[in-house]
Amino acid sequence: MSTTEVSPARPAAASEGGPAPARRPRTFEQANRRLKWAMLTPALLFVGLMIVFPLVYTVDLSLTDAFGAVNAGKGYVGLQNFADALGDTRRFWPAARRTLVFTVGAVILETVLGLALAMLMRKPFRGMRWVRTVLIIPLLTTPVAIGILWLLILDPTNGIANHLLAGIGLPRQEFLGSVGQSLPTLMLIDVWQWTPMMTLLLLAGLTTLPEEPEEAARVDGANGWQRFRHIVLPMLGPTLATALVLRAVDALKTFDILYATKGAGGGSDFEVETLNVYAYGLTFDYQEYGLAAAVLVLFTLFIIGVVVLLRRRGGRKTA
Amino acid sequence: MSTSSQLLSRRSFGRLAAGVAGAVGTGALTACTTGGGRPSADTPLRIMAINHVWSQAIRRRTEEFEELIGRRVSMTLLTADQLASSYNVKLNASGTDVDVMMVRALQEQLLFAHNGWLADLSDRVAQDEEFAWPDFQKAPRDASVSGGRVLSVPVVTERPALYYRKDLVEDHGGPPPTLEQLMATAQELTDKRKGFYGFVGRGQRSGAVSQWSSFLYSHGGDFVVGGRSGIGTPEALAAYEYYGRLLARTGPPGATNMSLEQAMPIFAQGKAAFYVDADAIYSSFLDPQVSTVRETVGFAPFPAGPAGARPHNIPSWSLGISTFSLLRDDAWEFIRWAAGPEMTAELQRDGIPGARTSVWSDPRSLASFPPDLAEAMRLNAERGLGYDRPRVLQVGRARDIVGRPLVAGILGNDVRPVARDADAEFAGFLVRDNRHKES
Repeated sequence: MSTTEVSPARPAAASEGGPAPARRPRTFEQANRRLKWAMLTPALLFVGLMIVFPLVYTVDLSLTDAFGAVNAGKGYVGLQNFADALGDTRRFWPAARRTLVFTVGAVILETVLGLALAMLMRKPFRGMRWVRTVLIIPLLTTPVAIGILWLLILDPTNGIANHLLAGIGLPRQEFLGSVGQSLPTLMLIDVWQWTPMMTLLLLAGLTTLPEEPEEAARVDGANGWQRFRHIVLPMLGPTLATALVLRAVDALKTFDILYATKGAGGGSDFEVETLNVYAYGLTFDYQEYGLAAAVLVLFTLFIIGVVVLLRRRGGRKTA
Repeated sequence: MSTSSQLLSRRSFGRLAAGVAGAVGTGALTACTTGGGRPSADTPLRIMAINHVWSQAIRRRTEEFEELIGRRVSMTLLTADQLASSYNVKLNASGTDVDVMMVRALQEQLLFAHNGWLADLSDRVAQDEEFAWPDFQKAPRDASVSGGRVLSVPVVTERPALYYRKDLVEDHGGPPPTLEQLMATAQELTDKRKGFYGFVGRGQRSGAVSQWSSFLYSHGGDFVVGGRSGIGTPEALAAYEYYGRLLARTGPPGATNMSLEQAMPIFAQGKAAFYVDADAIYSSFLDPQVSTVRETVGFAPFPAGPAGARPHNIPSWSLGISTFSLLRDDAWEFIRWAAGPEMTAELQRDGIPGARTSVWSDPRSLASFPPDLAEAMRLNAERGLGYDRPRVLQVGRARDIVGRPLVAGILGNDVRPVARDADAEFAGFLVRDNRHKES
């Protein structure tokens, strides 16, 4: 199959004897326009197959009563699954609340700690390379391994954490074994794992800031906090907003560490069941594919809403 | 290259796009197709199994089977959750890459039967005299039948055993024969300040249900009574309160997060006096690498409750054949070989409890078990009921509902309002589940 063809416009233009340089840009433009689509086609097909199709399929599934097997007969039930999910005060709404609490709590702590560490590491110091290497270790570890590691450390009976607490005279804790302590504990594990990423992102932002405004403020007598609050922070705004959006979206989708530590259903009292964990349970434990798809569609809309909100707020602050 | 040669006309661009789309589409469809052709001699027989001592023992012997059928065997071992998820993904796509499926007859079989994922083995077991289907214990055999069709063959059976510390319990008159005495002795032996617990057991909402079933039956209750929810009955309430009290008063902290993986090490490391769990895990306590109670562990039958000793006796793992398998005859040959009388006897002699009556009545096959465990297994098998969870399509959801009052009890809360609420939820669930069964 021939993939190239000479445009009929080209010989006609040449026969008129017009100057070549005048025609060239148009030819380049045409070639560029068509060739770029040819080059983009594989990527567009990939996006279509791997992103658009699953999304459309999930929306389609959410309108059915699919149960047991997705390839079995299923009927369309309109928006019934959405009504069921939104009317479910036992599992859906508590899961939505936990998703929000986990994300907001973890991301705020990660941002504050990440910024503090980035400020500390802003000026070069001895052993900086070592510190940076140590910092990225949690980022490189798989979440399931992290879950198992912390499960062993925090085991109420045999874990080392309680031995340490007892050693310094503090009462033993149940940590992940407790209905009340599980979510805060998992938020802290998330902070342990992801603060380094915030630090590295913010550190990259800090290194690009011009030094002159801070120098000028110092000359004018501004103290460290004033320089940070009124000079560094506003200039770091765009980086901070981007880091927040990236981390918030990732935190909203957290699944593996919750599942690895608390299992199906997010614990005995559903204490760490987020929307992700709930949708997984509906799919793989209950085989209620229609309802699971509806929850996932709602969750996707929720994430889009959070991103839009964060970007608007970030944009307003940096404007 | 000249500029003109890079130029694409609309038509040729359309051809290119159609060509790429066609190639990708054909590739995708080829990859997704269920395939209808006869598999080649090189195609392996694919077995998906739980990572369990039984599967490991079988994997060590597959060479023998490969020689028997002249086909390579590919055996994948996964955790129970991974296995269930893999089946969901592969069989929902009508995948032909699973031939023999290791399934939990009481957890997945009804749903898989409803989905049409398990091949009917009725004729094969009936016509194969050598396989001796009637030789399987009645309770596990009954669990293999769904809708009048045999859909699986049991290979591993399980009953609850009462594991206890001989050195501690001897002064209290030996292992408790009743649940009442178990509670009393466990309370006496508990010393939480020193980190020692009278009793340890599963406490996770869903994970605890199967072990709690023996407590429920021994209190005279059941999950479903006369087709309706049985978890609101006085008997069920008494069983909830008993188990909750036992773990709350004498159990370790964090019990509601405990399944087998968390509870077992506590007993193995000498931090509990009693432990109720599957008898199939007894070898963990005899392994010097993980156990400090090797010399002191004792095994007893499940204690009697107000309604007597009524433990479960279930087929924990069975073998089935995928409906989508293209190697069904070879898959059946594998089941004949792996679940046949000879292999069952051989494995039981290695300490893996099987489901055949002939093997249990052969003293040689019991020689590998500690004598008190063999006796406990025999008694529990005699007294046992053939299920340890609600027999419904959505077992996962049912366990989540039934387990809620258990958690309330373990947390020291009032069980009654939670049990009432769970009872109403379970009643509604059963109606929906029946509707699904009929659809």
